[in-house]
Amino acid sequence: MESKRGLHAGILILLLLASSALFAPALAPHDPTRQNLGQDLLTSTQGHPLGTDKLGRDILSRTIYGSRVSLLVGVATVALSLSIGFALGALAGYFGGWLDQLLMRLVDVLLAFPGILLAIAFTAVLGPGLDHVILALCLIGWTGYARLVRGEILALREREFVHAARALGCAPGRVILCHLLPNLLPPLVIQATFGLAAAIVAEGSLSFLGLGVEPPTPSWGSMLNEGRQFLLVAPHLTTYPGLAIMITVIALNLIGDALQDRLNSGR
Amino acid sequence: MKRYFFQRLLLLLPTLLGALTLVFFLIHLVPGDPVEVMLGETASAADKEELRRSLGLDRPLLAQYRSFLTGLLTVDLGRSLSERASVSALIRARFPATFQLTFCAMAVALLLSFSLAAMAARHRASWIDRAALLFSLFGLSLPNFWLGPMLMIVFAIQLGWTPVSGRGGLGHLVLPSLTLGLGMAAILTRILRAGLLQAIREDYVRTARAKGLSESRVWLKHTLRNALLPVITIVSLQFGSLLAGSIITETVFSWPGIGRLTVQAIQARDYPLVQGCVLVIATTYLLVNFLTDIFYRLADPRIHYGK
Repeated sequence: MESKRGLHAGILILLLLASSALFAPALAPHDPTRQNLGQDLLTSTQGHPLGTDKLGRDILSRTIYGSRVSLLVGVATVALSLSIGFALGALAGYFGGWLDQLLMRLVDVLLAFPGILLAIAFTAVLGPGLDHVILALCLIGWTGYARLVRGEILALREREFVHAARALGCAPGRVILCHLLPNLLPPLVIQATFGLAAAIVAEGSLSFLGLGVEPPTPSWGSMLNEGRQFLLVAPHLTTYPGLAIMITVIALNLIGDALQDRLNSGR
Repeated sequence: MKRYFFQRLLLLLPTLLGALTLVFFLIHLVPGDPVEVMLGETASAADKEELRRSLGLDRPLLAQYRSFLTGLLTVDLGRSLSERASVSALIRARFPATFQLTFCAMAVALLLSFSLAAMAARHRASWIDRAALLFSLFGLSLPNFWLGPMLMIVFAIQLGWTPVSGRGGLGHLVLPSLTLGLGMAAILTRILRAGLLQAIREDYVRTARAKGLSESRVWLKHTLRNALLPVITIVSLQFGSLLAGSIITETVFSWPGIGRLTVQAIQARDYPLVQGCVLVIATTYLLVNFLTDIFYRLADPRIHYGK
């Protein structure tokens, strides 16, 4: 019951966030990049409910527009990582042999790097930018999906329905896409939900270190980075973008947990 | 046991070599010119050529790779461009601070998670249990680049209970350790609670109770002990996250460790230093995982890997 409530709350929050990202131009009261140096570091006022930053830019508008970057990076990273991870994991699990060994050793090597360390190193070499962030996060992101898909296919490939499909003359690609993929969807959706949360936090971390999107594009992580210098005089610069990240991640974790509970109780 | 140790060591070596090779090629093969990134697009061709020569980037790739591996064997990670010192010496000077922070964060995580999980499992479905699960959800969702500044605003700036930043006495450790350890505490609380709830239903617990053992003895000696094994794995895996997380936490609290050194190296476009820091963090992570496997085997002799 609680898990169901969590799922509904998570979906509702996520829908609100996606709508705010989609309709940002209509919802934001100001241009998020317009500077007004006469109105810098304001706290809550009538024109600026969440205040302004050091360049007089409206925090509410920047937070609304920031959701675009976070969700875009999250969705693009998950889509790309999932596609690569699924393709390589399916090849490794279905065909096995040297291909499986080679791919799994590559996964081991990539997983030798803790957390987002490799993404930090990658963006440090390539320089900041949205596409570099997505590429850097995919560099490790695909490994989790590949391991999951390989493991599930190893368990499924000897089942009767797979043998039957092969006996009917289905090509390996058709067996994987039409017969194995539907069975892999539930765990993949759960992993993608947690992956989306992780990618949003990772984008925030990279932007916080100055390796994410380039100014003046607003992103929650870069807003936090800018606000860090004014922690004593204007803590609101740090509070709101951080709250936005936290709410998004909580929503995704609620959805992921609820789906996981359903999958576990169904198995 | 000795055989097992050497088997694991043999598995570790190719992974370590693969990780080191990946870092090398990451710096040398990604699109874009690291020299141009270091000096900026406006630098003269002569300056770029000079830097390329001093970094050895004008030599064939395989020769560079050979020198890189030879350097690693002699613990020579090259010279830092921004600090004008050897990379190994810089890392050696900063590593104790990172270790101190990481271990304190781990201690915070273990203390919080053990207390919360034990209370939650003991009072299942009560408000304590719900509070522990809520803590776990929030702990997992709070990014440390936000939690750090928030703790700083409340406890250092407004209440004045702790120093704002830097490294010094015990007081300096409180906020960075909390920031770094909270995420791990959240994960451990979930796993330990689930483990305890599973262990309490086992037959040996019923037998222990039937023998007339006190409830605290049943929990400590029989339930907790058996719920500990998965915790060892998670602690080891999370150690890597703590090392990576220290990059952010050290930056937030101006903690003079290897994480902050990495960020400073990135900002200064000091590639030999970035490469050295990444290598040391990845190697430490792999070694900790290796030691955990050995410890795991010692803790539970039933465990076998492979044949």
